[in-house]
This record gives sequence, structure tokens and C-alpha cells, in this order.
Amino acid sequence: MSSESTRKPAAKPVNRRRFLTDMAKTACGVGLFGLAVGLNARQSSALPAHAIRPPGALKESDFLAACTRCGMCVRDCPYGILKLAEPGEDVATGTPYFTARTGPCEMCDDIPCIPACPTHALDHSLTDINKSRMGLAVVVDQETCIAFRGLRCEVCFNVCPVRGKAITLEVVSNPRTGIHAIFPPVVHSSDCTGCGLCEKACILEEAAIKVLPTRLAKGELGHHYRLGWESKGDLGKAFPTADKEHVYRLPEGMHYEHAGRGLVKDQPAVTVPGQGNKKTPFSSNPLDTLNSGIREAK
Amino acid sequence: MQTTRRDFVKASAVAATAAAAGMTIPGARPAQAADDGVRWDKTACRFCGTGCSVLVGVKDGKVVATQGDPEAPVNRGLNCIKGYFLTKIMYGKDRLTKPLLRKKGGKYAKDGQFEEVSWEEAFKTMAEKWVAARKAKGPKGVGMFGSGQWTIWEGYAAQKLLKAGFRSNSLEPNARHCMASAVGAFMRAFGIDEPAGCYDDMEQADTFVLWGSNMAEMHPILWSRITNTRLTKPGCQVHVLSTFEHRSFELADNPIVFHPQSDLAIANCIANYIIETKAYNQDFLDKHVNITKTPTDIGYGLRASDPREKAAKNRNKGKLTKISFEEYAKSVSEYTFEHASEISGVPVEKLKKLAMAYADPKTKVASYWTMGFNQHTRGVWVNGLVYNIHLLMGKIAEPGNSPFSLTGQPSACGTAREVGTFTHRLPADLVVKSDGHCAFAEKMWKLPAGTIPRANGKANKADQADISGKPMGPTLIHAVAMHRALKDGKMNCFWVMCNNNMQAAANMNDESWPGWRNPDNFITVSDPYPTVSAMAADLILPTAMWAEKEGAYGNSERRTQFWRQQVKAPGESRSDVWQVVEFSKYVKVEDVWPAELIAAKPEYAGKTLYDVLYANGQVDKFPKVQVSDDRGNKYDNDESEYFGFYLQKGLFEEYRRFQWEGPKKGHEMAPYEEYHKARGLRWPVIDGKETLWRFREGYDPHVKKGEGVKFYGKKDGKANIIFAPYEPAAEPPDDEFDLWLCTGRVLEHWHSGSMTRRVPELYRAVPDAVLYMNPKDAKKRKLRNGSKVKISTRRGEIVTRVDTRGRNKPPRGLVFVPWFDASRLVNKLTLDQTDPLSKETDYKKCACKVVKA
Amino acid sequence: MATTPLKDLGKSAIAEKGWLKAHQWQLLRRFSQIGIFVLFLLGPLAGVWLINGNLANSTVLGTVPLLDPIVFLQMLAGGISGITLTAVLGALIVTVFYALIGGRVFCSWVCPMNMVTDFARMLRRRLGLKGSAKIKADTRLWMLAAVVLTALATGTLAYELVNPVAIFHRGILFGFGFGWAVVVGIFLFDLLVMKDGWCGHICPMGALYSQIGRMSVVRVRADGRASCDDCMECYEVCPEKQVIPPALKSARGEGPVILSGDCTNCGACIDVCGQEVFSFGLRMPNQVKPGRGKPARKQDKILKAA
Repeated sequence: MSSESTRKPAAKPVNRRRFLTDMAKTACGVGLFGLAVGLNARQSSALPAHAIRPPGALKESDFLAACTRCGMCVRDCPYGILKLAEPGEDVATGTPYFTARTGPCEMCDDIPCIPACPTHALDHSLTDINKSRMGLAVVVDQETCIAFRGLRCEVCFNVCPVRGKAITLEVVSNPRTGIHAIFPPVVHSSDCTGCGLCEKACILEEAAIKVLPTRLAKGELGHHYRLGWESKGDLGKAFPTADKEHVYRLPEGMHYEHAGRGLVKDQPAVTVPGQGNKKTPFSSNPLDTLNSGIREAK
Repeated sequence: MQTTRRDFVKASAVAATAAAAGMTIPGARPAQAADDGVRWDKTACRFCGTGCSVLVGVKDGKVVATQGDPEAPVNRGLNCIKGYFLTKIMYGKDRLTKPLLRKKGGKYAKDGQFEEVSWEEAFKTMAEKWVAARKAKGPKGVGMFGSGQWTIWEGYAAQKLLKAGFRSNSLEPNARHCMASAVGAFMRAFGIDEPAGCYDDMEQADTFVLWGSNMAEMHPILWSRITNTRLTKPGCQVHVLSTFEHRSFELADNPIVFHPQSDLAIANCIANYIIETKAYNQDFLDKHVNITKTPTDIGYGLRASDPREKAAKNRNKGKLTKISFEEYAKSVSEYTFEHASEISGVPVEKLKKLAMAYADPKTKVASYWTMGFNQHTRGVWVNGLVYNIHLLMGKIAEPGNSPFSLTGQPSACGTAREVGTFTHRLPADLVVKSDGHCAFAEKMWKLPAGTIPRANGKANKADQADISGKPMGPTLIHAVAMHRALKDGKMNCFWVMCNNNMQAAANMNDESWPGWRNPDNFITVSDPYPTVSAMAADLILPTAMWAEKEGAYGNSERRTQFWRQQVKAPGESRSDVWQVVEFSKYVKVEDVWPAELIAAKPEYAGKTLYDVLYANGQVDKFPKVQVSDDRGNKYDNDESEYFGFYLQKGLFEEYRRFQWEGPKKGHEMAPYEEYHKARGLRWPVIDGKETLWRFREGYDPHVKKGEGVKFYGKKDGKANIIFAPYEPAAEPPDDEFDLWLCTGRVLEHWHSGSMTRRVPELYRAVPDAVLYMNPKDAKKRKLRNGSKVKISTRRGEIVTRVDTRGRNKPPRGLVFVPWFDASRLVNKLTLDQTDPLSKETDYKKCACKVVKA
Repeated sequence: MATTPLKDLGKSAIAEKGWLKAHQWQLLRRFSQIGIFVLFLLGPLAGVWLINGNLANSTVLGTVPLLDPIVFLQMLAGGISGITLTAVLGALIVTVFYALIGGRVFCSWVCPMNMVTDFARMLRRRLGLKGSAKIKADTRLWMLAAVVLTALATGTLAYELVNPVAIFHRGILFGFGFGWAVVVGIFLFDLLVMKDGWCGHICPMGALYSQIGRMSVVRVRADGRASCDDCMECYEVCPEKQVIPPALKSARGEGPVILSGDCTNCGACIDVCGQEVFSFGLRMPNQVKPGRGKPARKQDKILKAA
């Protein structure tokens, strides 16, 4: 029945052929529409790297099935950093996200956006914001990160809300100047929530530390392989039998550390200035001793 | 040996870093092409006292690029984050470019609105006010508050203007808030200002002790040197003492958080341990040390009407009394580990560890301190207590053994201290208390005898005559007293240069603001930006900054660094030195000097202060030249251009005569040109040679062969051990105000933030001052991270947010708020208490309460 | 038989009842449509949180959940990760509500797109645009099926990415982006391509609400059908004109109640009818209530005067 036909209720009877043609047309049109919608949905399901979901967001595929685009998380964010993607953006239309560089998650203790979600697209079982994993911060460029070049910046470390855990400053000697240390920031995926405060604070023109979706930021070890020294702890008693004690034939004044330095020459007990309270007068690294030169015991 | 996963990650990162640092990275120099036509020259960083050198690239009259100076011995090409953005501070959008005067109906009015005026109108108005105030109120009727960020000649020119021109000792630098306690202690212990050691101690020492210094943030590049030594030298240890845990604790082998003020007990406890274990260096004590004690119960530098001042038995007293070693030993014997632990809250074990580091004769110890020690109502005492430890052990004035007071400002040493822009000082360690020193300065400056006001107003035992006809009377007035005098109407004119004292001075509500806005007073502020101080002023003078003028700074390690003018200042901004010298043209000798003084130099009659002070045949001795470098690049010198002679050189060379010809040896600097060629020189510079360690034979030219060590600042060549006990703070927490409030800085911002908060990146990194609080204290008050709170003290309140997981981790009972944030003026809260001896403000200890806002 | 020329549409009703009465339901609907925006905006703009969220999903007074059934349907089809008690309850409340007062009450009283398509219809009439593409009215049922199928196939709320109604509503509450283009597109489509194209033929939400409202209690009744003077104005203004004839003309002895779920309960026919043939009422009884409608002679008088 065409719409025009309604104007005259006593329209001419629809014949079978016309009916089938109409039906095919409709099916075809709607089918094309469905295809377009479906393809669009597939394309939109890949969240771009710059967009970060609110804390507690389900796995992206589940999230897109559960999020009703209601915007209540947006409304309940006290810092106003969340927004609903608008048509034309590369994020699935209507879904909530934030951009670390301009407005990172401030990591509220009570995570108000999560209880606001009526369909649990934001997982209500997440109650500790430190356990959220919105993404993972990565120092994407060590060449431009001025901390890696020895400058004293460390803004990312200073602003990190999971202080001293998610980002730590390592300390290395600066071989170029010889007298300064370098404090390169290192991100630990065990603690980084992906809040993006570091990316926002990065003082470079283009941030050298960026929050990436975990899928992009992390590698994955082959499923068959374990790191032996880690698995030793994990396996506990299930770990293969302890090694037997080894005994070696050695000349006088030498001993052998099976799990340590190997062949070691015994040292006479002397005190080295400034190291009175150490167990031995030596650094555990033999190079330290070697490089320190010969010193006379007084 | 087990390796954790974190260790592994660490190791990998370290390897990557080393590779990155050591390699030339292709593609890492994209700026190369854009550098065409850029003129590069060296300058000194204008932030902290470290004294990093920065190369500045100029093109088309604008600074277009910077880099850390790889040739500079201090920083070797590195910068901190502030230095990284150094040039951006000149290009804030709201630079002041015209003098602004409060006016109503076309005339100056205290309650008027700021209107643009010409320099001539500005100075005419100002001179009228100054001359009137000087006449009516005497030498304290006018005052100037300068800065450790002044260049050397700016401080020198200002000193001449005030002390010789206006015959007023009301000249103070903001270093009074910053370094005065260190100076006081240097003078008392050694009779000469500034550290014996230098930054090379950082590679030479075995053990580092930080006493109230967060070097990790406040001296970032020096901290990377200490860190490197800790990392590479076997057995190296770092002890960090503070009233709260801060970033420097990350490196601490012995982290010590003590109760505010109890550092006095801890230092004495170490001395006691050294004496009890007989670890002291008897030979050194015999040859080089006198033992003394200082009067106790000296008050807190508050107004005399304050009950705490009335209760003090020996208010402001500091005269030393000689005592025997046994008396000294008995005095410190009270401070056992147990007793010190009780006072300080520090476990005995930690105190022992610290004491043992000092007491081990074979360990070279470098002690560093900054505001935790200096901004202390017993600052001079506690500085001295650390010298006591070093002197007991003889661990001083040699590589690695170094008690070292770090300065906060780029030229706190170079300008405020060496030029002596304090009320009580003259150039090169001379003091106005000494008639002879004043007479020497008068000779140098070609002034009639008795021009410079003596501390007690008596020259050659006779009253000095004032323009008003009355005797001068006592003339010294320190920074905090200046604000009080403004409030009380005793000082009517105040000129603030190169700092932001409305934001920086303590107790803004009760003292600073009422003083500045007192209708009788005329306040001038010279600044590049509309700061809180400018807002509170009556006349604002737009100021050229840093590379917009030829300058010189002196850093913490006695290193003097020069730079040429790189660019022109915007609009009508003028450098501080121009302002001081130009203003002197508006005042006649007759306006400020009594007739008998002029009669002693009749040729000065009818002259302006400019003629007498600057066009005196010495300062104007060097003709205007085209400034250029060894590569033939040409530079402006706007001051030379304007005045017609090489002003900076003239001032510096006249100043240098104080060092070389004056009664106090040991400050000798090299000729002007030498500094433009060098990456800074550490004075004394004699025969072109720098001095690394003072008082030590072989290093110091003033110590003769065979003398070994000589503290030549004192007549007998001996340094003073000065016993001082533990005394409580002025305003400890009580039931109502139940927390200690400590204020300070952050790495990303410089002082009051007037420059760094105008750098978008730095502002974005640290936009607001937050309240750092212990999570347990927060929980007790039903606060959590990010909660909005009101902090209040007996003097005022501010609102900010709580940070319980930030960089500073206070213990229970103490909160920390940085002061860089003009939108949260923490100095509304602080108490205007000072060390009664050094008159330096204590910003670290007052009582506050915190409630949900 | 006196079909009113298009230019005189509504004039007799105004003459007969006065302007206000002749626009009563239209005004009330606009008030409702705009009022709903105001309610949603009160929270973010004024801090008064009567209702939070948007038409797809919201919470009233922080407690009562509301969930658009078409979203719920997609959630069911797309994988059940979002099906919470709140969601079920929200969908249930909305469904029951519309099942009672008329499913497509959503379309004419709530949906913001209605204002756009109404405007397109009005403009089309004013400009005298004739001609229209022909799409079967039940296309929207196919669309509804497609919506469910795409959700099933993609495992996401696929249609919500393009749903113009959601885009429009969210656009006003949260920011439009390029969403305005979708709204303009639908306006132009209705104006130039097809009369009542979107709401009357394509929108799958309308299709779902038609089904929900099949048995609704609140209905338009033509109790005064005896007074009908065949001016045809009601057909002209009705967005779903196929729903009128059975009740008005009773060709096969139907009662006066408009029973089709497609009727949007917009009240346009009531407003436009000078003879007061139509009125809102209940579904039962489906028999003419006496005393409704006006005598025909008045109409003649007016026409003469015109």
C-alpha cells in the first residue's frame, strides 16, 4: 500500500505482481540501510587511540552493546571531562569518552561516573579507582622527552595520582656530562590507571607520554612461555625439586658461589673508609671495586 | 638472588636510557635549519641560585630559541623545567609597557584608577613624595625593597641612591626573607659571608646531609649531581632531614622527618655524640676554633607589643660569650639521642646513623640547607649548629667536607650579599655599624664625610645632622619592620623592585596590605607584569627583564656570571638600573642633604643626585661602546645609549674597588671584560685564578703557605663554634589551630609565579597551589583527595583543594601549601615572625586549622 | 461535499472555535516537546536534577529509570552485557506507559524530530509542493527488523550510531557535532522528497511504538462523525491519514474510535475540525456517544461569509 493510495480509501486492488515488486524494493532498500548501519557500526567499534573510556568501561565490544548513550556519566563527572561523541567524530556516536591531553580523569575516590551508569557499561564492581584501567601511559618518545635527555622535568611523575607506583623515576648516570644523573620516567602497567594526567601535564608541544588503549600499549608473551624466576614464586611447592647442594674442589683462598658470582677469591677483612656499617667492604658489583683503584688501608 | 619483574623493567629502561643519552640520535635536530640567522650568546638562568648557563638564540629582535649551555661547568647543557621555558617568561601577553599612576581628575590620588603616564610625570610625582617623606620622617621615611634577582649593578646603583643619595639605610632585598639567617651565621662563625666550598663538593663528598632543603625540586640541576654521586660512588649515603617527606626523600638512605623547630636539638645531639665518643678533631679545634655561646630566650621578631616579645628575657640579643670546651660539652650533653628523639620524634636509630656519618673521620660530609634552616625563628642559631659539627670534626674548607648554604635566588649572593643591599651593609662585607667602613665608602664614592647614615646615627661619635635639622637617630630597618613602619605611618614612600613582596611577605592581612594602602603612603612597584604587588601599588613602572638588559648574577658557589643585552624590552619598559639612575636626576642634593654636609663639598651644591652618584667621574668613566662578542656579533646596550656612558661597567668597576681596596679582603673579582669571556668565575679571583675552596692553603690565595687553614674573616683567624640550645617555636599548634602550616615552593614555578604562571605549559603542569596533607589527617576531617578546604590561621583564611597523594607527604599534624599561586595567597595565613638576629621571616611554622569549604 | 482548498486549511476551525481552541493540542504538544528539553537541561544548566540522561535512557529524580524500548531491543539482540535490573525496569516502565496512553504519543508529544517533520509538512503545504516519492508505510516495520538484525550481527547498538532522533535529542543536550546535518537531511527529505516520509514511513522507533500502542487506552474518537461535512481538512493535517477512515466513515460498520496503533494521538484532527467531530477519549466503548459534533449549517454560514 503506497502512501498516496490512502488518500482514496477505495483504491484499485493491488495485484500480486505489484505487491512482490514493492516488497522486493522495500527489502532491498532496507537491506542496504541495514548493511550501511552494520558496516558503520563495525567501523565505529574500533575506538581511536586518543579517546579514553571512563573508568570501569567494559571491554569495547561489550561496552558498545551495553552503553545506551544516555550521558549520565557525563553529567555526574564533577570535573566535566567526559563528553558524548558527536556525529562526525571518530568515536562511536553518543558514547562517552575523554581526551587525556585536554581533560584527563581526575580519579575521584568515589568514582561518581560509575554508579551513574544504568546499564553497567561502566562496571559497578569497580569501587577502587586505583584499580581502574582506562588505558596505559607510555613514554612514546624518549628522544624528545627532556627527562631522558637529563633535564630536570619529571612533571609526569609529579602529577601522577598513583604516586611512585604507576610512574617511577629511574636514576642513571649521565655519561655525557659525567657529573649529573638522568631521571627517566618509567610507567608500570601494574599500577597505571590510564587517567591521562601525565599526558595533559607533559610540557612538550606534543606530549612524549601518552595514554594508549591497553591493546596498543602492551605486548603479550607467548602463551606457552613463562619467565622462570617469576613462575618460581607463582608455583610455590609445585616448582620442580630444589637443586642439590654442589661441592667443588678448589685451591686455598678461593670459593665458589653456585647461584651467585661463580668463582670468588676470598678477601681479608679490611675496613674501607665510609663503609663501616656495611656487611662487607665491597660493592656487590665487582666492577665497583675494580674501578675504585688501589687504596691504602690506614 | 631474586629479580622481581619491576627490577627487570627498571634494568631495561636504564639500558634504553643510557643508549639514548650516549648516542647521537638522527632526526633529533630538526631545529637546525631554522637556526639560520640566529645569533647565539650566553646568559645566566634567572631562576634559582644554582646558576645554570643558558644559550639564547635571537633573530629579528626576538628570542627564538634557547639551549642549556654545554660549556657551562654547573649544568653542562642541562636545564630544569623552568630553565627549559626561560625565554617564554618575557613574552607573557600582559607585559606592562607604560608607567601607570593612580589618578583621579587628572591628578595623583591614592584611591584613583591606574592611568598611563610618561616616565617624566611618574618620576616627578615620585620625587615629590620621596623628598617630602624624607624631610618629614627622617631616614626611615623612605624605603626601597630590592631583590636577589637584581643584577649586580642594579643592586649597587640602588645602594648608592639610598645610602649615599637619600642618606637612608632603608634598603632591603627580598634576600632578607631568604638568606639573612645564612649571612648572620656566616658572619658570626667566620666573619665573612658565603660558603667555603663550591659545587665540586658534590662529586668529592662521601655523604650528603640535607637539612631543610628540598634540592630535588628547588635546585634541580644540583640535585642531579648529588644523585649521580650517590649512584656512582660506592658507599655514598644521603641523609635527608625535613619536617615533611618531599621529593628529595626519594634518594634518602636515611630519611628523617622531625617535628618543626627540633632541628636545633638534632644538631646538638650530633655534636654531643661527637664529643662523647671523642671523635672530634682536637688539633683542628686547637688551631682554628674559638668556642662561644649565644644569649638565649631572644624572642621571635614580632612587634614589641606582642606578649611573646615581652616575655623574652634577651630580646634580639646575639653577643657571643667565649666558653671553654668543657662548658660547651656540658651544654650539649643534655642532647642525648633519647632526649633529641623525644623532642624531634625521630627514632634513635636514625639519629645515630646520621651522627655516625658526621663522626667518622674518614667520611667526607657535605651538608646542604636552604629555607628550612634560614626561614626559622632560630635560623642563625641552627645554621651555626651545623657549622659547630663541621668545625668539631674539622670537616670544612676542603674538597668534599663542606657545610654549604644554598641560595634560593639567582643573585642572592652576587647582588644582595656581595653588594650588600641590606639595611646594615655596604659593598664587599662592609657594615654601616662600622664608622670606618662608612668612611671608606664615602671616600670611594667621593662623598663628604658623614654622608652615609651610621647605624646609630653617630659619625665619629657625633650626631649626624639630618635635612630636617634633627639628629639622624638609629637608622637600620629590616624588611619585616618596613611593612610595619608603613602601616604605622613611619615610612611613607616605598619602592619595590624586582620582586613581589605583597605576595611574598608574611601576614599580608595584618601588616603588608594595611601598610601599602595606608593613605599617607606612596608605593612604587617596578615589575614587568601586573603582580599582586603592582595591584597594591600607587605607581607601577614597567620593567625590562633578564636578557632585555646587560646583567650579572652571582650564584651559590661564589660564581659571577655576565650576559649581554639580547633583545629590547617591550614598549617603554626600562631596566631597574635605568630606573634607579634616571630617578636620581629628579632629586637635588639640597632636597635631601643638610646644608653643613653640602658645605663640606661645595662643588655639589645645586647638583642632582645623578651628578653626585653616577656622573661622578668614576661611574661615567667608561665611554659608550658598541658591545660585541668575539665572533663580531653586535649587541644593544640601552642604558649606555641613553646615559652616554658604559653605565654597567662604570658601576661594576667602582664596586670592584671596594673588594680590592676595602678593609675586608677575600671578595676580589676580575675586571669587567673577563666575565663576558668566561662561563662565570668563582671569587676571589686573584691573578686571574678562581678560588674553589676558601680558607685552605693551596686553594685560597689569602691563606699563606704553612698556615694550612685560616678563617681570615676573623681577626684571630679562628672560626666560632657557637652553642645555642633548642627553643620552641613562636606559634605551635593548639586545640583550635591544630596543625603546623609550612609553606614553600614547587619545581615548576618560580617564587610568586608572576613569570612561570605566564608560561602556558608550566601553568598547565601545576595550575594551583594545593594543600598537601597526611591522608589520616584528611580522613579525620572527613576530607579526601580533591576536597575543597578552608585553611585558616589567626590572621586569615584561604580556600584550596586537598592533595593527600601528591609529591609532598606531610606527617600527621603538618600541612604544606606552596606560595606561587596568586589566586591563593598563603601569606594571608603566615605569621610575621622573624629570627630576632637575622630578621629573616619564618614561613615554615605557624598554627592553622583545615575545615571543609 | 466541500473539500477545503489548502489555502483555507484551518480557517473554519478558527472561526468556529477561536484561534486558541483551534491550536489547543498543537500548543500543548509543543509545550510538552520543549518542556521535556527544559527538564533535561535543568540539571546541567540550573543544577535541578529532575531528570538526568536523555531520551534513550534516563533517571527521574535519581531513582525511577526510563529506557527507550528500541534501545532495550537492541541491547537484547546485541549481546546482553548491558541488561541490568535497572535497564529491564526502565524499559518496562516506558513500555507500559506508552501501552496505556498510546505508543506513538512518544512521536507526537515527546520526540523532538516531530517538530522538524511537522515544520516540513507545514512548509510543504505553504509552498504548495506536490508530488512525493512512494514508499510503503510498512517500510518502518522492515526497518525495525533491520535495526534488530544489525544489533544481532554487530553485537553493538548499531542503530544508535545513526538514529536521527537520538542524535537530535543528544545534540541539543550534549553537543551536535555533524548531527545537525542528519536533522537537516530529514527535514529536506520530508519537504522535498516525500510527504511525511520519515515519521510516517521510515522511522523504526515509530514502528516499535505503533506496536506497543496497539491496545492503548487513550484514543481519538470521532463521536461527532455525523457532523462531518467532508472538508477533508483532517486528512490533510493527519500524519498517518490511513487511520482516520474506519472511525470517521464506518464503511464496514466500525465504531468511532480510531483503533490503529499508527495514530500518534497528536490531536491535529481535533484542532482542525470546525465541526468538533473528534475528541480524545478512551478506547471503550467503541460506540458513538450522542451529543457530539456541530450542526452543518454553521459551516455553510462561515463559508458564505468568506
